[in-house]
Amino acid sequence: MEEFTQILLLFISTVLINNFILVRFLGICPFLGVSKQVETAFSMGLATTFVMTLTAAATWLINTFILEAFNLPFLQYVSFIIVIASLVQFVEMFIKKTSPVLYKALGIFLPLITTNCAIMGLALLIPLNGYSFIASVVFGFGAGVGFTLAIVLMAGLREKLEFGDVPGVLKGVPVTLIIAGIMAMAFMGFSGLISM
Amino acid sequence: MSLDFKQIVSDFKNGLWAENPIIRLVIGMCPTLAVTNTSANGLAMGLATSFVLIMSEIVISLIKKLIPANVRIPSYILIIATFVTFTDYFLKAFFPGIAASLSIFIPLIVVNCLILGRQEAFASKHSTPRAIADGIGMGLGFTWVLTLLGMIREFFGMGSMFGVQLLGEWYRPMVIMVLPAGAFITLGILVGIMNQISREGK
Repeated sequence: MEEFTQILLLFISTVLINNFILVRFLGICPFLGVSKQVETAFSMGLATTFVMTLTAAATWLINTFILEAFNLPFLQYVSFIIVIASLVQFVEMFIKKTSPVLYKALGIFLPLITTNCAIMGLALLIPLNGYSFIASVVFGFGAGVGFTLAIVLMAGLREKLEFGDVPGVLKGVPVTLIIAGIMAMAFMGFSGLISM
Repeated sequence: MSLDFKQIVSDFKNGLWAENPIIRLVIGMCPTLAVTNTSANGLAMGLATSFVLIMSEIVISLIKKLIPANVRIPSYILIIATFVTFTDYFLKAFFPGIAASLSIFIPLIVVNCLILGRQEAFASKHSTPRAIADGIGMGLGFTWVLTLLGMIREFFGMGSMFGVQLLGEWYRPMVIMVLPAGAFITLGILVGIMNQISREGK
């Protein structure tokens, strides 16, 4: 029971308190690039969550059973990026075979997940925090859910913004950044929710 | 191979303003926001990224004819990852303080879209001297924005600059500036100001 509570707390803290986008600054590129429509933002969030969960499991196994076992920490970055790239490729092939509709909806965003720094950041944070296998997978899943939450919220705001009167020089990127800043402030309110 | 000096100068200048990676192309945002809480961190991150960018542009422009087109992206990533590992170990050995404060953002240079983007858009198509000029220009363009952002945030957030206390006891620091929210808002306003400047220049 004790362990279960720990895992649940880890999940909540990853989604809300240490949100990958708004607190850790990981995955800003898709956050700014793919947040124009709620629907695409949601699909992007789902695909990213899926890849993140798999990445967490795969990199934990590789790090524990290959890199640490054979004392090869200097190969960490190179091997993680290869694992992520092949995972994304695999997910792409899998989705293409099983659900062509979803494949079409995600389009170019799917291969671009490889260079999403949230995925690489996740892979690097796991050995740094020394999580167990289960905790790593929950951490990966929670990171994905937090990512989806932030990007969908942002897309909702930007859809409304289409009708707003934004000063000329702030159109596009600047106003999006300022909104993100206000969202980050709102998320700071979660910081006292649980103490880990 | 004849070297066109003017061409090289224009490649170099390109990255500083006209195609500045952060302000114009809006790439490489994660480190831009995450590690600019102090001026020194911004500068260090900018220099580390520039080093990786310049070195990988040199290598890739040299061996561009040897890399098969189908596997070029994985090859680029491997070359970049090698230089990033090198930088990371170098910083850990000689500047442990900086390495600790930049933490995972040094290894994350691997997935910085700026670096991969320049290999694909520039180094794989042009000669080595032009690639070096492009790497230095883009690297400096990235570094000056990061340093400026760090200076603004440190000044308002702690009343200091490069660790030197500038404002006295009377100044009550705006803590929000060194927190995530301040990063987003400062960069948003900065990009807005830059837009205004380049609009007036036209």
